Amino acid sequence: MTAPRATSLKQAGPRGCSASVIIIGAGHAGLAMSRCLSERSIDHLILERDSVASSWRSRWDSLRLLTPNWLTRLPGCRYSGPDPDGFMDAAEVARFIEDYATLIRAPVQTETAVSAVTPAVDGYRIRTDRGDYSARVVVLASGAFGIPNVPAASSAFPETIAQFTTRDYRRPSDLPQGGVLVVGASATGLQLAEEIQRSGRPVVLSVGEHVRMPRTYRGHDIQYWLKSTGLLDESWQTVDDIVRARRVPSPQLVGTPERVTLDLNRLTDLGVALVGRFAGMNGRRAQFSGGLANNCALSDLKQGRLLSTIDDWIRQAGLEGSVSPAERYAETRVPASPRLDVDLASGEIRSVVWATGFRPDYSWLDVPKAFDPRGRLKHDGGVIAAPGLYTLGLTFMRRRKSSFIHGAEDDARDLATHVAGYLDGLAKPLAAAG
Amino acid sequence: MNTNTSEMTDMGMIDNGVNVEALLGAREALTQAPEAAQFRWKATSRWMNGTHTRSNCKGFFGLGEEQSHKTEFSFDTDHPEVFASEDHGATPVEMVLVGLAGCLTAGVASVAQNRGIQLNSVKATIEGSMDLAGILGIDSDVRNGFDDVQVTFDVDANASREDIEALVAQSQKRSAVYDIVTNPTNVTVKVK
Repeated sequence: MTAPRATSLKQAGPRGCSASVIIIGAGHAGLAMSRCLSERSIDHLILERDSVASSWRSRWDSLRLLTPNWLTRLPGCRYSGPDPDGFMDAAEVARFIEDYATLIRAPVQTETAVSAVTPAVDGYRIRTDRGDYSARVVVLASGAFGIPNVPAASSAFPETIAQFTTRDYRRPSDLPQGGVLVVGASATGLQLAEEIQRSGRPVVLSVGEHVRMPRTYRGHDIQYWLKSTGLLDESWQTVDDIVRARRVPSPQLVGTPERVTLDLNRLTDLGVALVGRFAGMNGRRAQFSGGLANNCALSDLKQGRLLSTIDDWIRQAGLEGSVSPAERYAETRVPASPRLDVDLASGEIRSVVWATGFRPDYSWLDVPKAFDPRGRLKHDGGVIAAPGLYTLGLTFMRRRKSSFIHGAEDDARDLATHVAGYLDGLAKPLAAAG
Repeated sequence: MNTNTSEMTDMGMIDNGVNVEALLGAREALTQAPEAAQFRWKATSRWMNGTHTRSNCKGFFGLGEEQSHKTEFSFDTDHPEVFASEDHGATPVEMVLVGLAGCLTAGVASVAQNRGIQLNSVKATIEGSMDLAGILGIDSDVRNGFDDVQVTFDVDANASREDIEALVAQSQKRSAVYDIVTNPTNVTVKVK
């Protein structure tokens, strides 16, 4: 890679500093943006609440990326280790991102928590616990995983039930002995359901809409096909119903050395009891939707369509002879009469794990124009409705891959181009006036 | 309205009698004006005699104002003679099945139109099973309502079996009555 121009401010600790661009968050997305801005010689600063990649140090023990190492890349940096087909654990991801920050000499101001971003005449004022900053452009790269989406009905659970989010959960032995209700059928929900069931705690898994995917298909990792067919690059502008696409949970995948496929049938074989989507509480009874069969039918159909897309691509690319034959998988087995409720006072269930996803935390963003009437960030491919504000790393932000580590590169490049144009536009009237 | 002529020609050959453009337009309009999406459906009922009740639907609230059906619809519910009733109408639980059939089938037609699938016929058989030990108070462990509902669609359309299965699955996903039947709802009943 070429030497970036930005200098490290890691130890500088400036107060009342200003920069053209301030990036909030030194995770993979913020660093990718830093690198792309450096390539354009745009002066910038990254404000990080804790340390570089710190969110990866507070994950559950068994977490591994859903993407293989060969796909794990950032602008100007690819995985170069000995195991391209492996899956990084959280500590390895943290190290990968830290090494990247060093490699690109990212101007990171660590241990600087942003408490407010407000509009100012010349851009934005950024209030932190280390003083105020100002910038013409602010990039929100604090991640999509700010606040766990725990249903309001969780407050009606009996106090005897220990409640965990996937942020508090570390390992099965932290849970009390006895039954566990796992809510959510994303990659996380299925992974935790499996390890908790294997620890001897019987799991009831609440399943809503979900995305089923085999780990490998026709001799390659599924991510290889998603990438080859162009599905990972599908644009937010052309996808059918972007609002829906942004709400789709992560595919049911797990990164293991054996490259096993993790699906609901595997969990059923282990003895996990499947129930429908968590619907709410009635007294001390947790209630579940009777629509489990349809959610499973929908995801089986979608998996079939995905595999057909891959098969068509292989045929058109003339690769039919060089990969293993097409396969179809057994449909999801749904219990004849899934349970519709569980009495939480009966002692059957001792704890609940909410694997119900996260939403970004923008409580410090004091820019009304940036939000829609329902309080959600209003952005067009990462360009926020308030001029000079950008975001990164959100689900399907500009591409299907946007929320993945390898998805940051193209998005950051696109947005850096936009930022450069925006700063140029600001500079022109000044030049004319001068 | 449609600027893409070839698409218009293709889609123009498909006619399930559903105005998808109007539905998509309504979806867009109601996204912009969420308060207009707040609807309130109404029915009034009058006891006739025995287990016979007559219910009517005419007015409802939506798009920010009172609305009305073209005419008032009237429904008789009663119980069959094996219940020692006079059988003036379908049982209320059958009305629930009627609602589910109507809702899912409307969904099949709308989704088919949107996906360019011509329907030739759509038939559904709906069965709800129930243990009367619940409503008769014989066994407190038995619930009053259906313990199982089975819907079987028989669809003749210019589409593959997989596409038809996807149609039926999608119609469940977007169905109000399917949601009402499969998920709990708070219900308040009071005396005036």
